[in-house]
Amino acid sequence: MSQDHALAVPGAAPVAAQGTLKTASNLERVLSQGRFAVTAELGPPRGCDAAPVRKKAQILKGWVDAANVTDNQAAVVRMSSIATGLLMIGEGLEPIIQMTCRDRNRLAMQSDLLGAAAHGVHNLLCLSGDHQSKGDHPGAKNVHDIDSIQLVAMVRAMRDENRYQNGKDIPGGGPRIFIGAAENPFADPAAMRPYRMRKKALAGADFIQTQLVYDVPRFREFMKKAVDLGVHKQLAILAGVGPLKSPGMARHLRQNVPGMSVPEVFDARMEAAVKGIDTEDKQARTRAWREEGKRICVELIQEIREIEGVAGVHIMAIEWEEAVPEIVKASGLRSSAAG
Amino acid sequence: MSVEFKPEVVAFCCRHCAYAAADLAGGGRQAYPSAIKIVELPCTGRMDVVNVLHAFESGADGVLVAGCLSGKCHYIKGNLYARQRVNYLKALLDEIGLESERLRMVNISAAMGIRFAELANEHVECVRKLGPNPLRSAAKQGVAA
Amino acid sequence: MIVAESKPLEAISAMLQRYEKVLAVGCGTCVTVCFAGGRKEVATLAASLRMKRGIEGKPLEVAEAFVQRQCEWEYIEPLAEQVKKYDAVLSLGCGVGVQTLAERFPGTRVLPALNTLFMGLPTEAGVWEERCQACGACVLDKTGGICPVSRCAKQLFNGPCGGSQNGVCEVDKSVPCAWHMIWERADALGMTDALMEIEPPKNWASSRDGGLRRMVRDDLRTPTEDGGNE
Repeated sequence: MSQDHALAVPGAAPVAAQGTLKTASNLERVLSQGRFAVTAELGPPRGCDAAPVRKKAQILKGWVDAANVTDNQAAVVRMSSIATGLLMIGEGLEPIIQMTCRDRNRLAMQSDLLGAAAHGVHNLLCLSGDHQSKGDHPGAKNVHDIDSIQLVAMVRAMRDENRYQNGKDIPGGGPRIFIGAAENPFADPAAMRPYRMRKKALAGADFIQTQLVYDVPRFREFMKKAVDLGVHKQLAILAGVGPLKSPGMARHLRQNVPGMSVPEVFDARMEAAVKGIDTEDKQARTRAWREEGKRICVELIQEIREIEGVAGVHIMAIEWEEAVPEIVKASGLRSSAAG
Repeated sequence: MSVEFKPEVVAFCCRHCAYAAADLAGGGRQAYPSAIKIVELPCTGRMDVVNVLHAFESGADGVLVAGCLSGKCHYIKGNLYARQRVNYLKALLDEIGLESERLRMVNISAAMGIRFAELANEHVECVRKLGPNPLRSAAKQGVAA
Repeated sequence: MIVAESKPLEAISAMLQRYEKVLAVGCGTCVTVCFAGGRKEVATLAASLRMKRGIEGKPLEVAEAFVQRQCEWEYIEPLAEQVKKYDAVLSLGCGVGVQTLAERFPGTRVLPALNTLFMGLPTEAGVWEERCQACGACVLDKTGGICPVSRCAKQLFNGPCGGSQNGVCEVDKSVPCAWHMIWERADALGMTDALMEIEPPKNWASSRDGGLRRMVRDDLRTPTEDGGNE
């Protein structure tokens, strides 16, 4: 791997320099140039109307390098991530297809990947998937034929060795996929987390998107260990961030989402944001909260950006895609939508 | 059916408390219903789910389980186990279609003769209101068990 | 042991709706030690069924029988004559017991009184927990004696998911995270290096995915008439 390409951000750009790209992914290109990458998230609709997808894609287009499409997020049935991704391609927004090990066995995963690649999909995020007991079909049978790290390894072998998981050749070559994986720096056992991320790098992951970072000191510790292990040179680490919508959301994330660390200072800041506003004026309060949420997000991005080994940010604004361009702009990552 | 209904109640009594209390009640001429048939147990922990079911299956209108006060069991937790079994049995009786109120567990000490008589009377009265065990006639004819 | 629990009385009663004479058969092995199908449970269920049907005015004769193991031909053979006298057999064995009875007595309706739950152990009085899913390819050597197949809700082989927190599984806060335990144990034994290797996709053919599983031991089979001379 080339070590001498220009680095615009400290310790970033583990991805091969331009000219030796593995895929046609825009995200890979951006990371290879050592630019600070920005990705966002697009949640598919719960019905079969393409219009909301197109609308969300237009909001994000030009502001991010690529956008994740969730795969039955929270184990709730939604429009297929690949089908949604194709709609995004049609709108000119590069999709990162999320794929969980919960709903598909290795046959379905590989055939879906062949089909997605044939349609011009270049990025995949490999996930275990939220357990179905938390979703809208709690009685479903889960698959978990392979786990997320095995999925990473399978896709890498498909791409780099043109081999199916069974070791047999893929006629005409494998899908050219830029491979992503997730890591939660705040989950337990904490000591294993950086090693688990390294395991994903060894399996062939090109990039990592982390769980939402609110606890910067803990994230910094995690990154220090990752840098010590050299994982940041093996893959690009994109830190997950997201704007809070209300003080209640901060509490909810802390109390109800396993593996989340949200310092209480953010609750206090959100509470303070509505000081002086009539409690009956719900609209004004919501506006004030959302402004403060975006402000906190921008500050987090600026802080996180300075941490060694961070190659980009992944902005998760759930059902609030409009916030993404504003956050990108305010944090100085882009001044206008790229063409 | 004009004959007055006299409930038959089986009382599973621990030797260390209720059985002695019943004795005391009798000795002190404290009236408790003659319809109560006392089964002496070394501890209510000896009472088995099957014993109680068989009592009802054989036509008992009610069952009283009388054990030591909480914390006073001679075998440490026998009365607590009995309480858990009674709770299990109550749910089972409801499933079977027999009123779970026909079964009751009480906790007393050997000195509480009067209290024993009161509780026994209470339970008999409760069972009287519920009416005869529907399995009674069948049991008399020897159909069941 | 195989752990099972009684079906609701209502469900068992519904199965027996059209019968007048049934034989309830207990089993003296696993389901006796998990208090689901031993002598006492047979007596409890038989009495409950008789009482329920008596109250409903459709008396049911329930006879009680017991064998040491419902899952072996030799042990159930003594039931052969008795079974003929009943409309149906109600098995308080695990799923294997029910099927062994059904296979041996093809002319009799055999019904399950239990739901077979899992293979596990009593972790304390009154509590049983799963420990093995019979995947047919044990990995306990690699995971410090803690099974990720039966104890991780996502059957992960390469570490915990992102939902592991404070040693607890995201699916159920009363359940410890299997991978947290695996890591802690490896750490205590100075063996975390072994967890750094990527465990490749499992071959599930030896699990139930391969259809009916059969184990053959040639050394234990009944010799054929002519084994040949050497």
